[in-house]
Amino acid sequence: MRQKDTYFHKIDWVAIGLYFALVFVGWINIYAAVYDEQNATSIFDFSINSGKQLIWIGTAILLITLIMVADYRLFQNLSMILYILFVIILFLTPFIGKEINGQRAWFELGIFRLQPAEFAKFATALALAKLMENPTFDLEKFSHQLKALGLIGLPVALIMLQPDTGTAMVYSSFFIMLYREGMPQKYYIFALSLIALSIFTLLINNNWYLYGGIGAIILLLVLASKKTWKNIAGIFFLGILMLGYAYSLDYVVEKLPPHQQNRIMVLFDPDVDPLGVGWNVTQSKIAIGSGGLFGKGYLEGTQTKFDFVPEQHTDFIFCTLGEEFGWTGSLIMISLFVIFLLRLVFLAERQKTRFSRIYGYCVIGLLFFHFSINIAMTVGLFPVVGIPLPFFSYGGSSLWSFTILLFIFIKLDSHRIQILGRSY
Amino acid sequence: MYTGRSLVVAVSIALIAFVLLGKLFLIQVTDDSYLRKAERNAIQRVIDHPYRGLVYDRNNSLMVFNDPVFDLMVIPKEFTLADTSRFCDLFGIEKEMLIESFNAAKNYSWVKPSPLIKQISKEEFGRVQDFLIDYRGLFVMTRSVRAYPKSAASNALGYIGEINSSQLSRDSTRYYVQGDYVGLSGIEAYYEPELRGRKGVKYNLVNVRGIEKGAFKNGDLDTLSIPGENLQSTIDLDLQVYGEKLMQGKRGSIVAIEPKTGEILTMISAPIYDPNILTGAKFGENYQSLNLDPEKPLFNRPIMAMYPPGSIFKIVQSLIGMQEGILTPNTTYPCNRALVNCHNHPSPVNLFGAIRNSCNPYYHQAFRQVINREVSSNTYEDTQIGLDNWRESVLKFGLGGRLGIDMHGEKGGSIPSSELYDRIYGKGRWKYSTIYSLSIGQGEMLVTPLQMANLAAIFANKGFYYTPHLVRAIGGDTSRIPEKFKTKRQTGIDSEHFDLIQDAMAAALSGTAARAIMKDISIAGKTGTAQNPAGEDHSVFIAFAPKEDPKIAIAVYVENAGWGGRAAASTASLLIEKYLTGEISRPELEEYVLQAEFIY
Repeated sequence: MRQKDTYFHKIDWVAIGLYFALVFVGWINIYAAVYDEQNATSIFDFSINSGKQLIWIGTAILLITLIMVADYRLFQNLSMILYILFVIILFLTPFIGKEINGQRAWFELGIFRLQPAEFAKFATALALAKLMENPTFDLEKFSHQLKALGLIGLPVALIMLQPDTGTAMVYSSFFIMLYREGMPQKYYIFALSLIALSIFTLLINNNWYLYGGIGAIILLLVLASKKTWKNIAGIFFLGILMLGYAYSLDYVVEKLPPHQQNRIMVLFDPDVDPLGVGWNVTQSKIAIGSGGLFGKGYLEGTQTKFDFVPEQHTDFIFCTLGEEFGWTGSLIMISLFVIFLLRLVFLAERQKTRFSRIYGYCVIGLLFFHFSINIAMTVGLFPVVGIPLPFFSYGGSSLWSFTILLFIFIKLDSHRIQILGRSY
Repeated sequence: MYTGRSLVVAVSIALIAFVLLGKLFLIQVTDDSYLRKAERNAIQRVIDHPYRGLVYDRNNSLMVFNDPVFDLMVIPKEFTLADTSRFCDLFGIEKEMLIESFNAAKNYSWVKPSPLIKQISKEEFGRVQDFLIDYRGLFVMTRSVRAYPKSAASNALGYIGEINSSQLSRDSTRYYVQGDYVGLSGIEAYYEPELRGRKGVKYNLVNVRGIEKGAFKNGDLDTLSIPGENLQSTIDLDLQVYGEKLMQGKRGSIVAIEPKTGEILTMISAPIYDPNILTGAKFGENYQSLNLDPEKPLFNRPIMAMYPPGSIFKIVQSLIGMQEGILTPNTTYPCNRALVNCHNHPSPVNLFGAIRNSCNPYYHQAFRQVINREVSSNTYEDTQIGLDNWRESVLKFGLGGRLGIDMHGEKGGSIPSSELYDRIYGKGRWKYSTIYSLSIGQGEMLVTPLQMANLAAIFANKGFYYTPHLVRAIGGDTSRIPEKFKTKRQTGIDSEHFDLIQDAMAAALSGTAARAIMKDISIAGKTGTAQNPAGEDHSVFIAFAPKEDPKIAIAVYVENAGWGGRAAASTASLLIEKYLTGEISRPELEEYVLQAEFIY
């Protein structure tokens, strides 16, 4: 009994509590999204999505129990096998998957549909942890960088075949883990600069302002640097690269198919095609924006309930919360998420093994990426990509995969002392 | 714990969350445009149109009511038709029409209702009503159109129609919207604010496809429509119908007034049209043809047609002369045909004889005394002063300006002033010999049939009148009619002067309009002729009866009916009998009037 008692205390109940809080809030919002006043049914009615979500939550608890009673070594030992298994499944998906909305991303198992790409995330996380747990693995080394990137790139390439751009983008969240594990900072500075330059290129319509801005940056850099010929030449070369990038980005965007072009342009001008591609973002912002400071009250929202926002119970579930609970509700919900993520950072940092820590950061990265991109998309800060809000969005694949992802980490965390015993 | 790169990760998470909350604050708290857009999305205003007020006649017979018509609506998504030809037989519609109509509905919306068959009449609806349950996706929407049980008084009642853009822009209260029906003429227009009631508004929630999802805020903001108020008209519907029958095939006007109150008993503009044709689906087409009709049935003659008053004006001249002290019952003038033409009668005549015989030279001479008082040694100036004083007196008879009836479009006629003659002839270049035609009601002088009827009322009342009006009660309350209709207006003529006038008018009939005389009812009247340079003169007659206690004063105009009383006096006499006794004892006179047609 004493042994069991100790184990019970080693489990991080804070993270688990936050997990259930988020799942619960998500569940009542799913009910609000499908609620029909004229034809009101119970939140437990299995014929509506809130009832179905309850089944998903129940089965998720079953999965949690399985993970928590399993041997903690299992995940370490199975990591590579799982990864290979999912790569094979992802490879087969485009051929045998069910086509929905032009994507072959789903497997049908009886009445349930599962999305393999969702589950490939935690398999990839486990494989990365396995690859990088060796103390000799050094992200400063180019060959090691290539190995890690290869492990990430393979499922991305396969998911792009379905094609599911949103889910493929999610894999970029592993760069948060790579950053923590010592990937050189210059890559990140370069990437962030490139993103900033891209945004400015698309934001500024008059190219002469852009060129003037780049010129000003170059001038400042020259003034700030030691004025050796080598430095000045290097800075000018950088300037030419920036100009070339800006020019070619404009060119590429113009050559994109119109629907992708519009998805990008709608960020900068919401009135681009408000009934077409702008519809989702416009209606989503109307729903959230009409919530005001305190919201319209639970089940009182009109925009999500009456189908003005498409995909309201899945990818756009945040609209329901924003409309019915207002900015106050958004503040509480986002705070819950931030506390949850910071708690996970705390947990990851207290791990004694590289495997657990690396896996923990993969979990943090994936959750953070989904959370921030999903909300950014509903308020029009990011193009519409089909990724769910973790623990909130309706759907079994999403809830299950995030639950498995999280609870493997909580399981590893609860055994952090024992894992220390294993050494390399 | 958060050090180095882990701190960077933690700070990034907080930073991004901060950016998201900032953006949320901008759209949720600082910007209320989204709230308005959300309401525009999901809240639909449905107008509940009030029931327009009814109009009754003075004896509470219905004149105007609302007749339901039925639009058969279809929801294309739910509508299925197993046997098309049976459906077409049942509803009396061509198969092609049905398909066309259904396709139009489908193109408009798959889930929202559209009209399939419009304006099914009550009778037809009764026939198909029971079969409707056999068809899914069909329902009936009830609307109403104005209807007139006696098909009478079209020009007095007026009609309703869609509001036009200039009326919309004048509507400062912003009550009306495009497509609303408003009164466009007659009582319907004048009493629009009372008849229309107040619209109700219902706020419905609708989903993205426009399907109703219940009431917004449980209907707390909804308002019910308030039905319009019923009006009681001053018109005697039986008399109106009878008058319209007599005016068949003629052009002209009849206005009958209850002298003691100014209430209009009958108001007829001929040619007459059936008010029922200006309702419902046929409004546009029928309005066009009425508007283009050369007989101008839409021209509301009683208040819009203007004629020289002719001989009848001699009574006004007599009264002014007596009030001024220039004429007395004993004032005698010879019938000097050198001054102005006349017809055969004994000469000289006193005032009574002058009225009775309608002697033109008498008034030529009497009017000169009224105008030229020798207040100025200059004849021209003397005439000018005299004319302006005389005009003051004439205006008090309700002439030379609008009476202010409760109808729009009333004309005021005209009584000439010295300025008018100054403009025509130049100042100081006209004198009595220029304007003497005024003495016998000719020349630069115009009156409307309504003003003529009002003159008859003044003679009956011995000197006062109430502004003629068409509505005696609003919402059952007689005190709510406009104040101006309750004000007694004096002509400034002492009542004793009217005894001679009334006696002379009664006596005159035996000469000029013997047909108008009735056995049991004493009637006072005066014939007239409105000269018509374009053709046959117009026959005019005014009268009141019973002479001892007048209950009805009447003016009848029959255009192109020739000199004097022939047509007009007979018509007036029949109407007076009808009003006072409720029946007609002289079928041969009625026959005579009905036979006469003066439209060429």
